[in-house]
Amino acid sequence: MISRNSMYWSVIMLLLLLPATALAAEESRVDSGDTAWILISSALVMIMTPALGLFYGGMVRKKNALSTIMFSFAILALISVQWVLYGYSLAFGPDIGGVIGNLNWLGLNGVGQEPNAGYAATIPALAYMIFQAMFAIITVALISGAFVERINFKAFMVFSLLWATLVYDPIAHWVWGTGGWLRNLGALDFAGGTVVHISSGVSALAIAFVIGKRRGFGKQAMEPHNIPMVVLGAALLWFGWFGFNGGSAVASNGLAASAFVVTNTAAAAAALMWTLLSWYHKRPSVLGAATGGVVGLVAITPASGFVTPLAAIVIGAVAAVISYYAMLFRSRQNVDDSLDVWACHGLGGTWGAIATGIFATVAVNPAGANGLLYGNPGQFVTQIIAVGVIWIYAFVVTFVLAKLIDATIGLRVHDEEEAVGLDISQHAEKAYA
Amino acid sequence: MKKIEAIIRPEDLDGVRVSLQEKGIVGMTVEEVQGRGRQKGVCLQWRAGEYCVEFLPKVRMDIIVDDKDVDIAIDAVIRAARTGKNGDGKIFIYPVEDIVRISTGERGKEAI
Repeated sequence: MISRNSMYWSVIMLLLLLPATALAAEESRVDSGDTAWILISSALVMIMTPALGLFYGGMVRKKNALSTIMFSFAILALISVQWVLYGYSLAFGPDIGGVIGNLNWLGLNGVGQEPNAGYAATIPALAYMIFQAMFAIITVALISGAFVERINFKAFMVFSLLWATLVYDPIAHWVWGTGGWLRNLGALDFAGGTVVHISSGVSALAIAFVIGKRRGFGKQAMEPHNIPMVVLGAALLWFGWFGFNGGSAVASNGLAASAFVVTNTAAAAAALMWTLLSWYHKRPSVLGAATGGVVGLVAITPASGFVTPLAAIVIGAVAAVISYYAMLFRSRQNVDDSLDVWACHGLGGTWGAIATGIFATVAVNPAGANGLLYGNPGQFVTQIIAVGVIWIYAFVVTFVLAKLIDATIGLRVHDEEEAVGLDISQHAEKAYA
Repeated sequence: MKKIEAIIRPEDLDGVRVSLQEKGIVGMTVEEVQGRGRQKGVCLQWRAGEYCVEFLPKVRMDIIVDDKDVDIAIDAVIRAARTGKNGDGKIFIYPVEDIVRISTGERGKEAI
């Protein structure tokens, strides 16, 4: 029995090995471990966008639950196609003056199964492309927290497509593209503190100014309709973030493990700190713990490939304090960034990018740089320049874009449509029958 | 015949049911409602800071009894639902003109 079994298995093994050895000769540069990790990471980051829909969806009123979830789901579809058609080429294609990629990679022309050594020498260019696609998708979706419960769906789709094209793609090129000017300046952004979080968070503030407040803002209670849904979303975001940051090592190696560990640590420290803050003011809040976890993940994102686990605790805890008080501040102002994208992502990302300039050490990543704490104030200054540039560019372009769409399509739904809720008025559906 | 409409704390619902059953009153219709009285609303936490909800969850129950059982039913509800604090609720009593039991067509007291 045993010998027959082992013979059977050896034949199968041989059959499996034959095509593999044949391919290995041609694609020797592709590392199977690296490729597997990046493909899994891409899938992990993909789930973050529908997760964001749940995170946001639970925080709005019942009548806008589907609409809010749909923002994220629609972006997953829209930007996936935009990225393949031209987004990837604009962001990562051959450089034009440090500012933008050219259109040589239109429709993924030339982006194939062979690696592109400029970005990742050991995985197929297609794997790097799809990993980056997931970042573009979630960044656009993040902004939706600013205008929930009142935006016209058509205006939302047009805004999102143009924002991805005019804001995300250029910024991604500056920071991550070969030849990008901020990359050449030496700005460190491991997984997207500037590109993802500052760009979306500051843009959220800009569009919140343009679209205006929800009816009843500051007068009537706007209750989160399903906090368990928020927690489920936060949990899936936390889970997906291991791919977001760990995958940004673009290899299955020690740096990926380091990024994984600091990611979890910062999220935990921030969730803990937010819980304590709410407890100090009233009661240990569940919504607060979920929010804190996400804010910690935001803050560690740019730093995740450069800092130690102890630094991650400081980065997460401080991020929670900054975002908590920023939310209190914002809610007293006359601006309705409804789900506090600016306080969470704009400021969380800003703190993370600056913290990278403080806590970065080449002991973690020799390809990075030392920060202020390790005797390199220059890096700190570079980080602040990058932060300032992204703040200004994202705010100005988004503000103008939102004004243009408001003047043409109209950003807001009619008052009656807003009163009845976007689920029924925009989608002719109800979340809960 | 009278309809006794009692608005009570949700957590007292089962106690009231048992209390009525001990007096031989088994039928009732129950609904979850929101309301407001001297207890006013409650302030809950948003992600940072708080917001106030001006209506609190209550249970409204409709009980139909014969005229002679009205005080018995009211006593039973009060015994199970009174804490002595704001928010215990209220009881309203209405006359009932007629009752029809759908399954048999019985009318009036027979149908209680």
